[in-house]
Amino acid sequence: MSIWVDKNTKLICQGFTGKTGTFHSEQAIAYGTKMVGGVNPSKAGTTHLNLPVFGTCKEAREKTGCNASVVYVPPSGAADAILEAIEAGIELIVAITEGVPVLDMVRVAERLAQPGTKSRLIGPNCPGIITPAQCKIGIMPGYIHKPGKVGVVSRSGTLTYEAVWQLTSRQIGQSTCIGIGGDPVNGTNFVDVLTAFNNDPQTEAIVMIGEIGGSAEEQAAEYIAKNVKKPVVGFIAGMTAPPGRRMGHAGAIISGGKGTASEKIAALEKAGVNMIKSPSLIGSTMEKVLAERGMLASARS
Amino acid sequence: MKIHEFQAKQLLKKFGMNVPDGRECQSVADVEKAWAELKAPLVVVKAQIHAGGRGKAGGVKLCKSLEEAKAAASALLGKTLVTYQTGPHGQVVRRLWVEKGSSIAKEYYVGIAIDRELKLPVMMVSSEGGMEIEEVAAKHPEKIVKAAFSPRKGLPMPEAQKLVRAIGIRPGQEPKAATFLVNLAKMYVDLDCALLEINPLITTQEGDVMALDGKVNFDSNGLFRHPELLELRDLHEEDPKEIEASKFDLSYIALDGNIGCMVNGAGLAMSTMDVIKLYGGNPANFLDVGGGATAEKVAAAFRILLSDAQVKGVLVNIFGGIMKCDVIAAGVIEAVKQTKLGVPLVVRLEGTNVEKGKQMLADSKLPIIAADDLDDAAKKICKAVAAH
Repeated sequence: MSIWVDKNTKLICQGFTGKTGTFHSEQAIAYGTKMVGGVNPSKAGTTHLNLPVFGTCKEAREKTGCNASVVYVPPSGAADAILEAIEAGIELIVAITEGVPVLDMVRVAERLAQPGTKSRLIGPNCPGIITPAQCKIGIMPGYIHKPGKVGVVSRSGTLTYEAVWQLTSRQIGQSTCIGIGGDPVNGTNFVDVLTAFNNDPQTEAIVMIGEIGGSAEEQAAEYIAKNVKKPVVGFIAGMTAPPGRRMGHAGAIISGGKGTASEKIAALEKAGVNMIKSPSLIGSTMEKVLAERGMLASARS
Repeated sequence: MKIHEFQAKQLLKKFGMNVPDGRECQSVADVEKAWAELKAPLVVVKAQIHAGGRGKAGGVKLCKSLEEAKAAASALLGKTLVTYQTGPHGQVVRRLWVEKGSSIAKEYYVGIAIDRELKLPVMMVSSEGGMEIEEVAAKHPEKIVKAAFSPRKGLPMPEAQKLVRAIGIRPGQEPKAATFLVNLAKMYVDLDCALLEINPLITTQEGDVMALDGKVNFDSNGLFRHPELLELRDLHEEDPKEIEASKFDLSYIALDGNIGCMVNGAGLAMSTMDVIKLYGGNPANFLDVGGGATAEKVAAAFRILLSDAQVKGVLVNIFGGIMKCDVIAAGVIEAVKQTKLGVPLVVRLEGTNVEKGKQMLADSKLPIIAADDLDDAAKKICKAVAAH
């Protein structure tokens, strides 16, 4: 088991024939992801990477039965690409694109909130989702992952790789790893992912990596306190970030004294999360927490 | 992207909102001309910098004569204004906004920002104008009234009327105030704003509703739709290193410390700063070279962070995923040679082709201190800087 993606996930790519789409589709295929095609209205009917190119998501859905789409379309067209995938009824949409205007994402969020919508959006501005050895959707390096029982969820990209690598180096595998992205308005939030990890029998422990800005971590803390019995190891990036400055991610900003790392750390600690001060301790802390609960051997099996 | 108050007021006016008549001035002679044109018994001379708290810092002066206005202008132009938002270095005043004094009946607050939970823009209004809204939120949260709205539909008039009544605007001025709010919401959406704040919004003795101040931050991701707004950017208000970094698509923020950092990914870059601090050091900057850094980009990043005279050591922390460690190593070696690096350099590489990258650094015979993980790297650079 895993969450949302596995070896049966049929993936298409929007922005398939562009430089980024091509590179990461090659990587995904090499990893073993079941890619079934791509979308580009001006190249419909041709093939790319030995896969069919369709004019629309709807056509791709009808011809391939795809249930997931990854979006590499540039910022100006990204929201429309996501909306098209929603209209086509694709269950999982992973938007990698960085730099989507926030009001465009508001438009997408309004569409997703309409009753009867079955699509889940991950991102934008995220590394994607991977179930190790089964399905890789996004830009994360595949080889750092190892199949296993720890779920990883993060707002960051390379910091997620850092966490995953520390786990893998200690023979602790992952069930599914998800980057939810660093934008102020996104599709899937911490609570969505934590709920899925909590309900997934394969996931025995969780790593959660947050950052400054917004209140998604505080909501996560509330959910964890009420619902999660599985051990959680947490880290918040941006302890030393100055207020009012956007730290790379559009969403990583302390404004009006809200969204500071210390508030988030306090909320998560109160919820029973094992909070760590340095990101280099993610792997060792998880190892220790699992050992204390007698779960380490299982996590390594 | 931030703009000046006078530019914000020009945009407000364009969207049908009332602002006091005024002129932008860059010299005492300009102020003299403005005085003659405005023909008012009282003018307000306001320093234009991209920071709040100008009033308390002495950047706003009421003047009842031309002599007073000229004196205010010569005192302010070229002066470094330090407010709670500028940091200790302050900001040099290069422009003034001179406007007609208004007869204030009452001050209010109105602001619009994105509510991340609702995933919608939210308008906030308060009867406590002139105060910092954070202060109102802390002391009198009941005095802030909010309404979320869809960018597709804008703020509906009945919603605007409700807000206006909630903050107690006099019945006679309700229609004008409600229209003001509707127009403000339209401006927020049409111009892809991230934050739009009028503090204070005033009612006047004459029965008008107008913006006495205006703060606009644009969503930089939305600027491609508004090339005309790019002309409003004032490079004087930005750190030259940040401007240079933006040319190379690098995300750079200057800080007060002495350890220069170069990292890939925003989250990892923030955590690298955190770890440096944890081991007693002080980061000189936040610098994210992004996911697809090339050797040229790495070299540019190096030049920019070394142009900060405060930098007494450099930490490079790269988790090479798609970006390969040998490519980063080549960039670092090239940059060290180009910049004739004179401060300690710690490099921590992890990820694809890490062994090859480390070997290249070792073979280069350059004085590079290798580190195994993030903790090790932070400890080493803090130690090296302390000893240097």
